[in-house]
Amino acid sequence: MITAGLDVGSRTIKLVLFENEVSHRAVIDSGLKPVERCRRLLDGRSFDKLVVTGYGRDLVAPELSGATISEISAQAAAVRYLYPDAGSVIDIGGQDSKVIRLNDKGGVLKFEMNDRCAAGTGKFLEIMARALELNIDEFAKTALEAERSVTLNSLCTVFAESEVVSLINKGEDAHAIALGLHQSVASRLTSMAKRVGVAERLVFAGGGAMNPCLVKLLESRLGLKMTVPEDPQITAALGAAIIAANGKHKE
Amino acid sequence: MTLNANEQMWSDLGIDLESHGQLMNALGPIYGEIYLSQENRPKGMGFYDFVVGDIHGIRVKELREHAKEGGKVVATYCVFVPEEFCWATGAIPISLCAGTQFSVPVAEEVLPRNTCALIKSSYGFKLGRLCPYVQVSHLIVGETTCDGKKKMFELMAEQHPVYVMEVPNKRGAAGRTLWQQEVRDFKAKIEELTGNEITAENLAGAIKKVNARRKEFKRLSALRAADPAPISGKDALLATQVSMYDDVDREVQMMQALNDELEERVRKGEGVAPKGAKRILISGSPMAIPNWKLHHIIESAGAVVVGEESCTGSRFFDELVPEGTENLEDMLTVLADRYLKTNCACFTPNTERLDDIIRMARDLKADGVIHYNLQFCHTYANEAVQVDRALAEAGIPLLRVETDYSDEDAGQLKTRIDAFLEML
Repeated sequence: MITAGLDVGSRTIKLVLFENEVSHRAVIDSGLKPVERCRRLLDGRSFDKLVVTGYGRDLVAPELSGATISEISAQAAAVRYLYPDAGSVIDIGGQDSKVIRLNDKGGVLKFEMNDRCAAGTGKFLEIMARALELNIDEFAKTALEAERSVTLNSLCTVFAESEVVSLINKGEDAHAIALGLHQSVASRLTSMAKRVGVAERLVFAGGGAMNPCLVKLLESRLGLKMTVPEDPQITAALGAAIIAANGKHKE
Repeated sequence: MTLNANEQMWSDLGIDLESHGQLMNALGPIYGEIYLSQENRPKGMGFYDFVVGDIHGIRVKELREHAKEGGKVVATYCVFVPEEFCWATGAIPISLCAGTQFSVPVAEEVLPRNTCALIKSSYGFKLGRLCPYVQVSHLIVGETTCDGKKKMFELMAEQHPVYVMEVPNKRGAAGRTLWQQEVRDFKAKIEELTGNEITAENLAGAIKKVNARRKEFKRLSALRAADPAPISGKDALLATQVSMYDDVDREVQMMQALNDELEERVRKGEGVAPKGAKRILISGSPMAIPNWKLHHIIESAGAVVVGEESCTGSRFFDELVPEGTENLEDMLTVLADRYLKTNCACFTPNTERLDDIIRMARDLKADGVIHYNLQFCHTYANEAVQVDRALAEAGIPLLRVETDYSDEDAGQLKTRIDAFLEML
């Protein structure tokens, strides 16, 4: 059986086709019409069953005769498939950040997710990179090169942006600001992780895991080595495809 | 412009007709979507549909006629205020709703934005002249269950007669003495307002009346333990919310009929969700009309809410006032003691509440608990840490949710609730 997993996120849409292993993967921007984007992504692909996850799951699933599953269950399923000994997951997505603790059977034992606020999410980093006139890769690189950092007090994206602007206007070094911003995200995620209680093996999934500075900061704050999947951006879509194969989704 | 009868009444009460019209127009479709779309509803909910359908009409008219005949209307925001004194003196107590985002922006013209939605909504209703229940009342009775409310009542007193009861923060001997005195002072205040004396006889009658309503709600609560659940959480919440401002005797009647019907459903094994649907207990901050947001998300996801450990739930009806006390002084003592048993997060410590949650989760056969606190409600938000620990120890899954009345976080909430239900 070939199953399809779609992760309709706030920033990007991810597709995974799965037949005992990943047979196809694709990532595109969500845009303003996610249903059309998903249709295009699936065009010409054959599969037996579709499960949709992500922010847009309830919009997209009925249009494409798919079932739905939350991102949290999807991440858990993918991580368990990739690393059978995984104990917990950190996922930094475009709009949400999550920390998930897995039970012995790979199911979700406990999780936390950020509230409406964008602090500690990919969106926060994206907006801050823009404030420093850097793209997201340069932003992480700049932070890694920093010799010192500044402390940013604001967690709110809007206030943090004003804070960045005022630091720039004080002549502060961009490297130090970039590192300070990464630290604020790492600090937010660390407190969330401590509330949930992370266990080894800790897997860092979602688009945020592509940021090497975040990986480094989180590892040092948590005192744990993290496992980053080869393709961390597609893990939720992979989880949806695996759940499509195993059941336990909502029709 | 010609006004219809309701509009004329609202206008006489000083309501801002234009804004109020927008509020009324918004409520209809929301109610239709959340309530009328449900399947297998008990027939007994027809009364509540009727009440909400004319939410600022028929009951306000009753109160107004009562006032025209010299009767008093006493408005409250909290289950700590002993309503028995009002019924005993021929006054009518009503609990004011404060559950909509609609009245928040006007409140934010004065109050700090980072104040809980319930406080802002209460204040906005008065400041914006949006609520005929506030307008028709002779006295608003506030209380000191949180610092935000306490200070808001000082501002509200610039607009309306307000009386504040002090609720102690500790349940020891000193706290009890203070509360016993507060209850007696409140009794004197109601006697002064109504010009009627509270006697052992009229107070005993009032205690009986209110207990009768509490008993029906306890009966409802017990019926919700059945699987399949005979009534949706939304409907049970609505019945509780309405009974807080409706006539006590009428509520007893309506609830009796509803409970009889639900008993029959339980006997036949009929329910609103399939047998085996995930069962959720809600615990935390109160949900005032029309705050049905969380229940709606949970039940739309296929689960059923089987109880509310909240001031719009068990804390409103669980404890009865002991009956059979003969003299007035003893009656006042047992009445005050009953109210002091309200396990509100304003107390330190408040471990009794943790016991309540665990007991309710077990009695109602809940698969999990969703702890709900209004954003900026510091007492419930911080107490949630202990709820988390106590439930982990009891082996009951818990999801903590913090939100307000707006819909901007509906997506995130839905993800968390879906994941929680998938996890159970």
